[in-house]
Amino acid sequence: MNVLKSFERAVKEFGLEDKCKIARTGCPGTCSAGPVVLVEPGDYFYQSVTPESAQEIVKEHVMRDVPAKRFLYSNPEFFSKQKRLVLRNAGKMDPLNIREYISRGGYTALVKCLTGMSPEDVINEVFKSGLRGRGGAGFQTGQKWKFVSKAPGSPKYIIGNLDEGDPGVFANRTLAEADPHAIIEGMIIASYALKAEKGYLYTRAEYPLAIETLKKAIQQARSLGLIGEKILGTDLNFDLELRLGAGAFIAGEETAILASIEGMRAMPRPRPPYPASSGLWRKPTLIQNVETLANIPLIVLNGGEWFSKIGVPHCPGTKCFSLTGKIRNPGLIEVPMGITLKEVVFDIGGGVPDGRTFKAVLVGGPSGGCLPESQLHLPIDYESLTKAGAIMGSGGIVVLDDESCMVDTAKFFIEFCVDESCGKCTPCRVGLVKVKKVLERIAHGKGVEKDIDLLTKVGEYIKEASLCGLGQTAPNPVLTTVRYFKDEYLAHILNKECPTGKCDMGTRRRS
Amino acid sequence: MEKDQTSESPHAASDVLIAEKLMVKLEKIMEEHNYQRSALLEVLQKAQEIFGYLDRKVLLLIAEKLHVAPSQVYGAATFYNFFRLRKPGEHIITICMGTACYVKGADKILSTLEQELGIERGKSTPDGRISLFITRCIGACAMAPNVIIDDVVIGKATKEGVIERIRKSAGGEN
Repeated sequence: MNVLKSFERAVKEFGLEDKCKIARTGCPGTCSAGPVVLVEPGDYFYQSVTPESAQEIVKEHVMRDVPAKRFLYSNPEFFSKQKRLVLRNAGKMDPLNIREYISRGGYTALVKCLTGMSPEDVINEVFKSGLRGRGGAGFQTGQKWKFVSKAPGSPKYIIGNLDEGDPGVFANRTLAEADPHAIIEGMIIASYALKAEKGYLYTRAEYPLAIETLKKAIQQARSLGLIGEKILGTDLNFDLELRLGAGAFIAGEETAILASIEGMRAMPRPRPPYPASSGLWRKPTLIQNVETLANIPLIVLNGGEWFSKIGVPHCPGTKCFSLTGKIRNPGLIEVPMGITLKEVVFDIGGGVPDGRTFKAVLVGGPSGGCLPESQLHLPIDYESLTKAGAIMGSGGIVVLDDESCMVDTAKFFIEFCVDESCGKCTPCRVGLVKVKKVLERIAHGKGVEKDIDLLTKVGEYIKEASLCGLGQTAPNPVLTTVRYFKDEYLAHILNKECPTGKCDMGTRRRS
Repeated sequence: MEKDQTSESPHAASDVLIAEKLMVKLEKIMEEHNYQRSALLEVLQKAQEIFGYLDRKVLLLIAEKLHVAPSQVYGAATFYNFFRLRKPGEHIITICMGTACYVKGADKILSTLEQELGIERGKSTPDGRISLFITRCIGACAMAPNVIIDDVVIGKATKEGVIERIRKSAGGEN
């Protein structure tokens, strides 16, 4: 805010009001370099701007046309390896001004649908694109649309899932704050294709700025006749309502979100029936992560075939990742599918700072997998990650350095999943507590060698037998740390020592 | 269920008046939602905004008006982490224990604060001035570790910095 005011003051002071426009934008993803300022034309990107440097930037760049090099962003690689489709507008326009979205081509996809495409055409394009759900499961979006479209029953519902409960992930939040209309346009197009007249956008209560931004965006879309009855003078009716979560990780699960919108505890239901045929109030319902939805306008505009050529054939498009932990350039990135983990961690992320060494990368949130250096050559796609023991999840990448103990890390995630397990099915409710107890035993120097087998056995059992995605993935951090970092477990068990000194092995307290 | 917090202040009479006014406000919100059962979570959220926490009286009123069993209202209120059933302190300190914050030492900040304040996470100081909570990720991971003091997010937080801030805003303690 101080930086914004300084710019306004400086522009006034130097009499440049007619020459330039100062605009607010959403986040371009470079969280560690903030506050950042973009000067156009020319894409000049300034980092760590202070009220003082703001003054100098205006004086040198705006007045004399000489970029103030010493304040420029020092890490161009952060952007050069990215491919920004979903984040096309992030950091480039005022998210609170619908006209800016429109001037950048926004809502033309909707117009194209309404004027020249039948609902079936739209579904076919989405199908052709090969787009897969970005919420984690990776189901074919076009297939899902076909199911909902053919399902008998009305009304039909559309749910935009912005319940980004994974700790360490903020991709959906940033998208909503930087480009809310991309999500909304995707939902309106879906409503046209599926003849669904009511939509809910379900977001976390922990995201106050995203909530404000979405509220305003919905209001603006409504006032321009893009939401409501007879959209743009056609027969399309679509009402969109914002719903807030209340701090439950499980609520992002596709059947739990239904329960939550219905005003109940967010507990999953067994499938089948799938939400596509029996969802909200037992009516056909499309549930889609907001990142998936933000891809839709692009697919409609450029065609499914165009999209299918981005990334890798079985997994086209891009994916947003929140890059955090012990990494030099944390932030939000968007990369083509098929890029390697190594490129993400070392080229875009800049590797591990403070002279420490890389130990593992956690991919996929609290129920993802911890992958060691030997797995960094893996391309990022749903299948490769699952094979290695991790998951795509909602796109969290947390880098761990040699200060992190892998037993402690596994314990941390299991504690999280124990807390967040809804308690409906036994494998998840009881099994995870068992796993937690064994991990605690090991972390306190009281483990025995066969505990390692026990962890694997119970872990596999929980994955196999749980009702929903939470239980089916919760053991991943334990299974992958056992698989790739067995030495550390053995050090705790046999030598009664924690190589990093993180775990309290029961010896320290006595001293 | 938690015991209701009954304050024995000399201003008890005016407190009752305020409480009644707030109840009317809550009723209005339920009316806006046409007393629909599916509005339960939204009503609970608004109720917490109004009262700061959800006590037995509030939960029972909501159950009655929305025609939902009290057990279901209590069930929802305890299922979601966002709802508080006990009166929080005047100042609320929340430590983010998301993955990125944990990796960057949020656990150490938490244990330091637990020691300094003499309370565990989830509890308030006996004088009711400070509450200490944890949260699972506020989504500001690049600024980890994050601590929130009375709605102000402090990024790249340190033990010393947080304690200093608490002294300044909550004053006098320790």
